[in-house]
Amino acid sequence: MGVQEPLSSPCVGAAPTAIVNDFSIAVATANGTGSQTANLALLRSFFKMGIPVHGKNIFPSNIQGLPTWYHIRVSRHGYVARRSPELLVAFNPTTIHEDVAGLPPGGVCVYNADIRYTPDRADLTYYPVPVKELLQDVDVKGKVKDYVANMTYVGVVAHLLGVPLDVVRRSLEHHFGGRAHLVASNFDVVSRSHDWARECLQKVDPYRVEPMDATEGLILMTGNEAGALGAVFGGVSVAAWYPITPSTSFIDALRDFLPQLRKDPEGRPTYTVIQAEDELAAIGMVVGAGWAGARALTATSGPGLSLMAEFLGLAYFAEVPAVVWDIQRVGPSTGLPTRTSQGDVAFAYGIGHGDTRHVLLFPSSIEECFEFGYKAHDLADTLQTPVLVLSDLDLGMNNWMGEPFAYPEEPLKRGKVLSAEEVERLETFRRYADVDGDGIPYRTLPGNQSPRSAWFGRGTGHDENARYSEDGAVWWRNMERLARKHETARQHVPTAVIQESPGARLGVICYGTTRYAIEEARDALALQGVAIDVMRLRALPFGAEVEGFVAQHEDLLVIEMNRDNQLRDILRAELPQHAAKLHGVGYIDGMPLTAAWVERQVLGHLNGRVD
Amino acid sequence: MDRVQKLNLVGLSKADYAAAPSTLCKGCGHNSIANQIIQVCYELSLRPQDVIKLSGIGCSSKSPAYFLGQSHGFNSLHGRMPSLGTGALQANHTLRAIGVSGDGDTGSIGLGQFKHLVRRNVRMVYVVENNGVYGLTKGQFSATAEYGQDLKYAGHNDFPPIDVAVEAIVAGAGFVARSFAGDAKQVRELLKAALSFRGLAVLDIISPCVAFNDEDDSRKSYAWGRANERALQELGYVAPQDEIVVEDYDPGTTAVVELHDGSRLTLRKLEADYEPNDRLRALERLRRGEEQGELVTGLLYYDDSRPSLAEVSGFGATPLSELPDDLLRPGRDALEGLLAAYA
Repeated sequence: MGVQEPLSSPCVGAAPTAIVNDFSIAVATANGTGSQTANLALLRSFFKMGIPVHGKNIFPSNIQGLPTWYHIRVSRHGYVARRSPELLVAFNPTTIHEDVAGLPPGGVCVYNADIRYTPDRADLTYYPVPVKELLQDVDVKGKVKDYVANMTYVGVVAHLLGVPLDVVRRSLEHHFGGRAHLVASNFDVVSRSHDWARECLQKVDPYRVEPMDATEGLILMTGNEAGALGAVFGGVSVAAWYPITPSTSFIDALRDFLPQLRKDPEGRPTYTVIQAEDELAAIGMVVGAGWAGARALTATSGPGLSLMAEFLGLAYFAEVPAVVWDIQRVGPSTGLPTRTSQGDVAFAYGIGHGDTRHVLLFPSSIEECFEFGYKAHDLADTLQTPVLVLSDLDLGMNNWMGEPFAYPEEPLKRGKVLSAEEVERLETFRRYADVDGDGIPYRTLPGNQSPRSAWFGRGTGHDENARYSEDGAVWWRNMERLARKHETARQHVPTAVIQESPGARLGVICYGTTRYAIEEARDALALQGVAIDVMRLRALPFGAEVEGFVAQHEDLLVIEMNRDNQLRDILRAELPQHAAKLHGVGYIDGMPLTAAWVERQVLGHLNGRVD
Repeated sequence: MDRVQKLNLVGLSKADYAAAPSTLCKGCGHNSIANQIIQVCYELSLRPQDVIKLSGIGCSSKSPAYFLGQSHGFNSLHGRMPSLGTGALQANHTLRAIGVSGDGDTGSIGLGQFKHLVRRNVRMVYVVENNGVYGLTKGQFSATAEYGQDLKYAGHNDFPPIDVAVEAIVAGAGFVARSFAGDAKQVRELLKAALSFRGLAVLDIISPCVAFNDEDDSRKSYAWGRANERALQELGYVAPQDEIVVEDYDPGTTAVVELHDGSRLTLRKLEADYEPNDRLRALERLRRGEEQGELVTGLLYYDDSRPSLAEVSGFGATPLSELPDDLLRPGRDALEGLLAAYA
């Protein structure tokens, strides 16, 4: 082998103390080079060693060629928020200088020695990998060789950190399923690289892994997969969508799960999935299916959601169940289409024109994606209204650890649907009458055989009997009832999760995936003697516990991934008596939050420097 | 027996197929079409509960409120009825659907959804009540208005019309017809045949707007339609339960189209060489009619070889909307088995 030793000296300073199961790796490659397989092999290897782990794909809007990064957080404490990497795998020549510059002193750089690059920092440890040479005798040809090239860093990193080769092999077997030849060809490169590293590299950095038992029984899954699986167990029967990142993999997962799980005794599908011509058609199909009595969903992102606005207003007003998964990305407009955000909250809450208020769900984990996946349909049917699940790119497209999902014990909640017999027993069927005082009327489905069951859905004004009406008093009454229904929704949606700390005076409010950085920051702040209470909203409209939390704190900080503090503004509007004490900070570079950033915001706020 | 009380095969009188009184202008062609829908559904003994009626926005789209009051209906968004109908009929493929649209609804804002509805071959009777003008917004040209037309409110039309029937044929529709609201018998027979078709049946019906576009020289007027209609066939619909009797059978000039549900449509050819199963000939005939100032009506194109969307989807007999919960939610073992692959 050509390169016998690292090109640089070990990192500066005294002999390093081992840093075990607590670091972050960034793998820098070019989009479309097959690095995802290599990255997932590394991620899953740590997971199989029982070490808590999380990977984030930070990718460009591009098919091939632009720089892409994969961040793997390894944390014996179980933290999964993004953290600035200490280890770098530099396989992209166009970003290597920038990537190396981002490493902290004492950091590690594994780089492709075929790249024209001369190590330029004395405070790092460098490990060059002669990729071409390692691949010389590998029995694969052409483009496949380019793909398996990434396995060289898997082998080298496995050796440097101490990942057993059989663990990597099991990870590859998992990844490739039954395709033994792919496992063999990839593992061949891993083991050659591993052996080369063992013989030729002198390990001088402090980072390594050791087996733990912290992932026993857990699963690794993306949020989009989990949400789609939840929908399958929620009985979704009609799915219509138009492709858009980062929601496409939600439907991909649905199309994978449904044929496996949902057939009738004759083997016929109990579902349909339609690729619509655009988002307007997608939501139109969902509303039509919801009106006709099937559980229906679409998945989209902000630009698609904007196209759905008119139909969602109609569904709200005609009171038709529909479920929309909005996997948020950075807007306005196309924005940063492959970066994460919580920028759709205000838009989604009021989407439609005139007075509309929708039910939003904020999942923050794969467990909640699954749970909200079926509950969204229960809520939509119960309330006869659209329910929008606001996930985000980070949750939707990345692999997260989680407990195996609990089977939904409660039966499907179909809401107030009258059968033909029930209609016949009524003196009159009044589609939009508030019979129970909760704002939720009774409905019948097309195909109901009672001649008295028919009603006419429309976006124009209508009375309790669904008859056309432009009478102002009728309109007023109807809109008041819809407001009453929104109040009823507060009792049905998932409640906020509150974590209190003794002596805390500051209340931090969050939702969705920001929780991970905030929870980590909370622990770090506690070590500094700063206690905070954290409340994570899981839905709008919020329940009584949210007002309680706000009322009991004199100082509240709302942390979210949008510029204008959209949730803070909603809270201020709905809790005007507490408006002055609700402060907000927004994070808007498209990357997931880090605990360090949250820590700075909290300390800055407490010191009067923020907002 | 008194005519009003006459009951059909499902025990309903014609009055059972009526609905709210029309609020459209007196003499509007749309009212005539609504009346034919009532008549046809009564004659075919359809249960109103098995029919859904759908529309977009516009004068035409108000129509479903004026027929089949015992049917569920949805007056959706401008141009978006096709998607709503697609979803509804996937949810319950056992329903029959009558969609009513207008020339603005179909030819402009909804042209995309219309083309994709055709492409998917959703089983629906899609009626375009085509008057070449926007009535509810008081007189603007629609996309089907003729080239060079002058209207009092809208001025001069500088653009050629979109021909809804041509668009349907080009997009792959298997049942495309054109008719004239003033020709009630033809509208009726076409509606009956359309309701028996396995996929999407498009009926482009010239339906004059008496308020904004009924001048004698307008190609969407009653006078012009009466003077210039060129029917390709004389149509006769024979329901599945009736024995077929073709009167005045004249070999070579009469054809019989077998429809999907066992019914038949007899075509007594008025243009001896017109075959409604030749796509290019249909397009050519429509183009020639447009150039010669004819209102070509009748069954323009027919081909039932393509399965409907529901057939392609492979559904069982029970509609998705009526499946029991145990078929909608897989069992505990299924969840555990699937999750094992993610451990």
